[in-house]
Amino acid sequence: MNSYETVFILTPVLSEDQAKEAVQKFEGDVSSLGGKVKHTESWGLRKLAYPIQKKSTGFYFLLEFEAPGAAIAELEVNYKRDERIMRFLTVRMDADHLVWAETRRSKMKSAKSAKAEA
Amino acid sequence: MAQNDIRYLTPINIEIKKEKYCRFKKSGMKFVDYKDANFLLKLVNEQGKILPRRITGTSQKFQGRVNKAIKRARHIAVLPYVGDMLR
Repeated sequence: MNSYETVFILTPVLSEDQAKEAVQKFEGDVSSLGGKVKHTESWGLRKLAYPIQKKSTGFYFLLEFEAPGAAIAELEVNYKRDERIMRFLTVRMDADHLVWAETRRSKMKSAKSAKAEA
Repeated sequence: MAQNDIRYLTPINIEIKKEKYCRFKKSGMKFVDYKDANFLLKLVNEQGKILPRRITGTSQKFQGRVNKAIKRARHIAVLPYVGDMLR
């Protein structure tokens, strides 16, 4: 089992709920292929640095999971077939990356709680 | 004017050389995050080209990681492939 991280961009045509639904489907895909989702994160509707499929915004999602290496090819085929996904990037996480992901999460959590207090 | 004054044809360069350092080694950062656009912008010129080590002072080990991170960031449209007035 390796750790992986996928960032994908969904079309802005979808509604907020539809986007969430799509992400739930992808989470399901990971677990059905023998993986385990560790963390999901929504960055919301963001401006793209350059247009993709003639669209200048997109819903960004980050999916962190553990999966056997063979599952990745299958997942990526799913992403390619899915018309809702404009772009995706899957990266295997090494030890440094995992440490960084942990600190990033805790940082965001503390920022959130600080906001809630204020 | 005194005769024994030393005079130069071209003014001598009095340059205070700032010691370059690798920002990753200094801060103890081990991983370059491709998701952090604001950080990666420091390692890129205003056209979005990757700055060489000669200018940023990054060590070879981390320059490789920076390059990878910037290329990944471009793929997911966090950074542009070609830009103008990025900074």
